[in-house]
Amino acid sequence: MEFFDRFAIPHPSPMIYASMVAIGLVLIAIVIGLTYFKKWGYLWREWLTTVDHKRIGMMYIISALLMLFRGGADAVMMRLQTAVPDNTFLDAQHYNEVFTTHGVVMIIFMAMAFIIGMMNFVVPLQIGARDVAFPRLNAISFWLYFAGAMLFNISFVIGGSPDAGWTNYFPLAGTEFSETVGVNYYMWALQISGIGTLMTGINFIVTILKMRAPGMTLMKMPMFTWSALITNVIIVFAFPVLTIALLMGTLDRQFGTHFFASTNGGMDMLWANLFWVWGHPEVYILILPAFGIYSEVIATFSQRNLYGYKSMVGSMVLISFMSFLVWVHHFFTMGHGPLVNGIFSITTMAIAVPTGIKIFNWLLTMWKGKIRFTVPMLYSIGFIPLFTIGGVTGVMLAMASADYQYHNTMFLVAHFHNVIIPGVVFAMLAGLTYWWPKMFGFMLNERIGKWGFWFLSIGFCLAFFPMYITGLDGQARRMYTYSEETGFGPLNMLSFFGAGLMAIAFILIVYNVYYSFRHSPRNVGQDPWNARSLEWATPNPVPHYNFAVTPVVNSSEAFWDSKKNGHQLFKNKTEKIHMPNNSGLPIILAGLFFVFGFSFVFGIWPGVIIAALGIFGCMAYRTFEKDNGHYIPVEEIEETEKKLGGAK
Amino acid sequence: MKELFPVKQVMGFVFSLVLTAVALSVYFFNMSFEMGMTILLVTAFIQAALQLVFFMHAGESNDKKAIYTNVYYGIAIALVTVFGTLLTLIWGYM
Repeated sequence: MEFFDRFAIPHPSPMIYASMVAIGLVLIAIVIGLTYFKKWGYLWREWLTTVDHKRIGMMYIISALLMLFRGGADAVMMRLQTAVPDNTFLDAQHYNEVFTTHGVVMIIFMAMAFIIGMMNFVVPLQIGARDVAFPRLNAISFWLYFAGAMLFNISFVIGGSPDAGWTNYFPLAGTEFSETVGVNYYMWALQISGIGTLMTGINFIVTILKMRAPGMTLMKMPMFTWSALITNVIIVFAFPVLTIALLMGTLDRQFGTHFFASTNGGMDMLWANLFWVWGHPEVYILILPAFGIYSEVIATFSQRNLYGYKSMVGSMVLISFMSFLVWVHHFFTMGHGPLVNGIFSITTMAIAVPTGIKIFNWLLTMWKGKIRFTVPMLYSIGFIPLFTIGGVTGVMLAMASADYQYHNTMFLVAHFHNVIIPGVVFAMLAGLTYWWPKMFGFMLNERIGKWGFWFLSIGFCLAFFPMYITGLDGQARRMYTYSEETGFGPLNMLSFFGAGLMAIAFILIVYNVYYSFRHSPRNVGQDPWNARSLEWATPNPVPHYNFAVTPVVNSSEAFWDSKKNGHQLFKNKTEKIHMPNNSGLPIILAGLFFVFGFSFVFGIWPGVIIAALGIFGCMAYRTFEKDNGHYIPVEEIEETEKKLGGAK
Repeated sequence: MKELFPVKQVMGFVFSLVLTAVALSVYFFNMSFEMGMTILLVTAFIQAALQLVFFMHAGESNDKKAIYTNVYYGIAIALVTVFGTLLTLIWGYM
């Protein structure tokens, strides 16, 4: 029994035990359900082993939505705890665990998965490719992300959650102040999913640079593809820093090194530095694909071509470079002199310029356009003012001397939610609604979608704008409670009310999926939005080879040209298509990584060694495996196309 | 026969051996820390460039421009990160 003692939760509560039971019951229900309906084979063949970029994209998005609800539940718990002064719903330790989990889950496992899912589904379709450059690697990326996410999510019922914040600053995150395995979970969950993300980055750079349809030069790529390219370049240059920082943190915690210790030549500030060298580009990794989605949506629903294509691309390239020049603004108050703070203040304010250019471009795209107020367009229009408020408060925070007042208060919390929610979350919901018919072959209900939008926007304003005020009045972030004399009570109650509205919005969005699945007509055609870019030239649902004939492109809006200006997209004859084979290796590899990570968290070395051998075994197997893919014969393609009424 | 002989690669190989020998000298000769680090850094970067150009064939395909753009971008970011970190944590720290 001694062996199992380490898995006990260090700081239990009835809620955690209830979650434990709930997780167990859900797992049992899933297993029984799959067995009863005889779906194991289907699941394995069609989903778990798939290398199809569209299915991997959908799995990313489904996982991201699950994580959204996990992180959202954490958020509601925090708002509930702080809704009234001296609340005892959560104690300090639980509150620490909850805000840490909320941050990590929302950034790494929700937002990242959502954008990578969108890129997976959309980018190959937009550039007229049949899949990504390395389909097997793509599957490995997804399953590594999933393994990391699951590892992180079991921490609160096995061994204890990390509690040092999502930024995980040392020395707080060192063994001296964080004795439980919680921070080990943080290290390994992020490490494993980070490796997956890095591979996605390489995969998509190669895909976009090498696999574009004939005629599509770089400056004729749709804007979402441009944003994906830039994003993946940032991923490739930023994520190695995280990998190394996590490795050094692991060595510190589990092998007694002193990289981030304040003694023996170590430097605790080095963690903050390395974390933000990754962390600030990460912010732009999240927001650039969102910008790409808004560009697509706004152009489509204004029925105009995107204003200032070149300046859009130029500003993104500029942002990608400048995103590496500003990281110190996350720790202005940690003791460097006015020279350092001055330099990073200026770079930070400068980065608002290219972002501002983009805002004006969107406004000018809408100028004199025939705007249709669909759900994706509502999110995009809502994004512009809300995001601008977030941007302006960002410039306020960028002033180093003023930051001494703002830092570590709820003002900061309000600011970054103000950019991330209208920026990333709105974009993901806009993109999801926009591309939903391409994914599933039916539209989401507009009426329920609009209710969702208004609940979310108003809820957002009520939840986060009060924090600007309490922050300026001195309410520190991450403070689990406060006394009545501080006067923070009423505004925090308002925040809690807003959070409730946001929760209702997400319930409405899920209900919308269910309602539309039951009631929406299935004959939406291949282009229900009257859109502009190439993904809408495929039939619905998209056949797994995407395009029967590789399209020929003449502009960034080739599909629009084919509809309005007589451009002929599909000139060539149907030929047999070469496609990659499915493989069970990625999920097995990720399973081994999960075992590796889990064993490492608890220092169960036999488990670590066995899993590592298994991982290398998988790699060796792959090296000697002969997998030449398969061909789809012309007859089969023509039959599929006829059935789907596809490419003309 | 002359066209088939990979002169460029053989020269590159010889040069990389020379660089390795120079780097090894840091171990065998008694020199100051700064001197040794300078030699190691310089030879390491030349070595890396050599590998990239001669043995990984950067610049021999149509993607020459994309590859070199990415390499320069990477170098710029590495330099910014390293010197920015030095500035933040050592030179500008009060």
